[in-house]
Amino acid sequence: MDTITRRRFLTASGVVAAGALAAGGTAYGLRDILDFRSEEPLGRTLVLVTLYGGNDGLNTVIPYADPAYAANRPSMAYDEGEVLRLDDEFGLNPGLAGLHRLYGQDRLAIVHGVGYPKPDRSHFRSMDIWQTAQPERPGTTGWLGRWLDTAGGDPRLAVSFEPVLPPLLAGATSAGATVPGGALTLPKGVTPDVLTGFGTPAAGDSPARARAAACFADLIKVRDLVDGAIPDDDGDAEAPATATGGQAPPLERQLALVARCIEAGSATRVYSVSLGGFDFHADEKGAQESILGTLDKPLAAFVERMADRDVVVAVYSEFGRRVRANASEGTDHGTASTVLLAGAGIPGGRYGEPPSLTDLDDGDLRHTTDFRDVYATLLADVLGADPERVLGGWTGRLRFS
Amino acid sequence: MTDRDTVAHLLRRLTFGPTAAEVDAALETGVDATLDAVLAPVGRTVALPDVGPFDRKDARRQSRDAVRWWLRRMVNEPGGAEKLTFFWHGHWATSVQKVRSAPLMLAQQQTLRRYGGGDTGPLVRAMLRDPALILWLDGQRNTRTAPNENLARELMELFTLGVGAYTEDDVKAGARALTGWRASRAGGTATFVPGRHDPGPVTLLGRTGTVDADTYADLLVRHPAHLPHLVTRLWVRYGSGTAPDAATIARVTAAGGRSTTGLLRAIATDPAFAATAGQLVKQPVEWLIGAARQLGIDAGALPDRALRALGQVPFRPPSVGGWPVGTAWLTTSSTRARLEHAQKLTALAPDTVAELGRTAPAGRLDALARLLAVDGWSERTRAVLADSAADPRRLLALGLASPEYAVH
Repeated sequence: MDTITRRRFLTASGVVAAGALAAGGTAYGLRDILDFRSEEPLGRTLVLVTLYGGNDGLNTVIPYADPAYAANRPSMAYDEGEVLRLDDEFGLNPGLAGLHRLYGQDRLAIVHGVGYPKPDRSHFRSMDIWQTAQPERPGTTGWLGRWLDTAGGDPRLAVSFEPVLPPLLAGATSAGATVPGGALTLPKGVTPDVLTGFGTPAAGDSPARARAAACFADLIKVRDLVDGAIPDDDGDAEAPATATGGQAPPLERQLALVARCIEAGSATRVYSVSLGGFDFHADEKGAQESILGTLDKPLAAFVERMADRDVVVAVYSEFGRRVRANASEGTDHGTASTVLLAGAGIPGGRYGEPPSLTDLDDGDLRHTTDFRDVYATLLADVLGADPERVLGGWTGRLRFS
Repeated sequence: MTDRDTVAHLLRRLTFGPTAAEVDAALETGVDATLDAVLAPVGRTVALPDVGPFDRKDARRQSRDAVRWWLRRMVNEPGGAEKLTFFWHGHWATSVQKVRSAPLMLAQQQTLRRYGGGDTGPLVRAMLRDPALILWLDGQRNTRTAPNENLARELMELFTLGVGAYTEDDVKAGARALTGWRASRAGGTATFVPGRHDPGPVTLLGRTGTVDADTYADLLVRHPAHLPHLVTRLWVRYGSGTAPDAATIARVTAAGGRSTTGLLRAIATDPAFAATAGQLVKQPVEWLIGAARQLGIDAGALPDRALRALGQVPFRPPSVGGWPVGTAWLTTSSTRARLEHAQKLTALAPDTVAELGRTAPAGRLDALARLLAVDGWSERTRAVLADSAADPRRLLALGLASPEYAVH
């Protein structure tokens, strides 16, 4: 950790008073986090976990007692003895021991059958729909990007640790910050004057060039959001190879960075993290159990670590899988799936109507809860926003009852 | 646009970052001759590097060697061939992470080179028997008793037709048509195993009958959605980053014929093309390779970390959908990475820095624009650069990091 970053971290964590550091001769930026903290009252924080590739909801929250489940998946079903039992109908995948523990403590909410009308089975189209919350015609702004627009557009409010901006954080007039590794220490010799200069709009800028310029202005605000003690990924420790991954650091590392930001008192309201590799067209059972384990351990640990804080976690994927297994012992692209919620104020339990495994839409589950109901609840209850402004007038809500 | 701006725009888009000398030469010969020259070598195979036979234990080294070899070609080879190969790689996006064989990735690239300049029929036929693609999209698991939809779906959605041009039933039928192929990493081959193929008739894209990989490929490339889909994909990489309007698609498709080289020529000469100047966000590879070419940096010296930090490593696209287009690349972290690596690049180019230093300070901003093939600096950027005009190395680094150099 270099001196500047360490000081910033100490400042951010409140160990050292800012005034004492200001005399220390660092040229810029000590104010960043503190200023941000004073601008915004500490509100509730949303951590959104995107699972890329289409996670098989039926083998995640498993309807083991439904005969149609085993009948459709002869070689890849879990039986009553294998699942982590929730009740007489459902159990969790054996890879989800940590989430099972949370469920037993009434701290995990499972929302069944979440989807949207006229489901699209393309990874990319369906992920666009989930990230834009515009199922009819996905546009160019993400649902949390539009929230960011309404919240004033400060990029520090919505943060991702991926090198590329996830579409859900792109607003019409603003964009979330990407902070891989958690630190954006400025290279030597790059002064705030340079950032301010390049960050100034110019006549004749195309929209893309205007965005390139705006990134410099954003960079002034987000550099050193947290300290840089976690080393850069060397590129060889990436998520497992899949045709539909994200391109993110390991989830454990992303969540560790989120925890550090939150514990440092950052007023960031939204964190986007992701895990790729859920597209199991073949040999699914063991592989999904393994990757669910890589979701479960850091996620459960994160929820525990945030137990006393106003933090809500939501987990989703672009679609579930077809009810009937294919003959490669995998599953092809499906429709509605499960959303998981945990954290402050989230009552544990199962919510929404589990979709029928026999009354299908061309072999796929019919959704019972619109995903915008979930988003609307997160916007209203976690972010204190007006969901109708962000979700095109959507008035539905998730009911925890 | 001046004539220089016109040819510079053409070269910026069709090649990996033209040098000032290349722009000079193009200005001399004119647009038509420049197009001929740039598109001429497209469609030729090359001598692949010898990374050794497939070796599971040595896979990482083999993969690194393959990336280095390609980056070196991108820097050293003038013309449009490497850029088009990079386009096709991002189009039929396949990752060594799952293929786990650099020799197969290189063999796929050779196929993209061999057929990438011509009609798409032979290309699609060849790709349907490409071992890397088959491994990537579970084709080897696709048998008559166990049809697997992965390859058939992406083939229609991403590679040939686009969403909306086919139905879910077409996906199922397409999967059956593609049953029977097996790929081998050790052998580097794909073989058709008749006993694993479903020979029954299917109804696919409105036609009922027996369909195999070749007849499926032919159905796809003759489908009315195919060329417009390809034109759109080419336009967002070579043109403006946003999809062209229907009229532009129609013009380019009509003028370009069925070959990719023809379509590229039609794009480059379309009236809407000139207006795309300043609209396209450079992909990280384009940014880095362009800088290396313009600064005269040896490709072997390029820092490994730069492309990882910027989020784009050849042979490792994030998904079968390929790399992002447009403003998704413009983030706080990529901005910071460009600032950092711009400094590292200038450190590798002392001669270029010295030459810039030989220009009188008052003329250095214009010299910098010429060096980096930028049409001009905005008032904003001019102000930042002017502050550093006295320090040529710093000036050069700032030019590489500037909004004008990030979006061309």
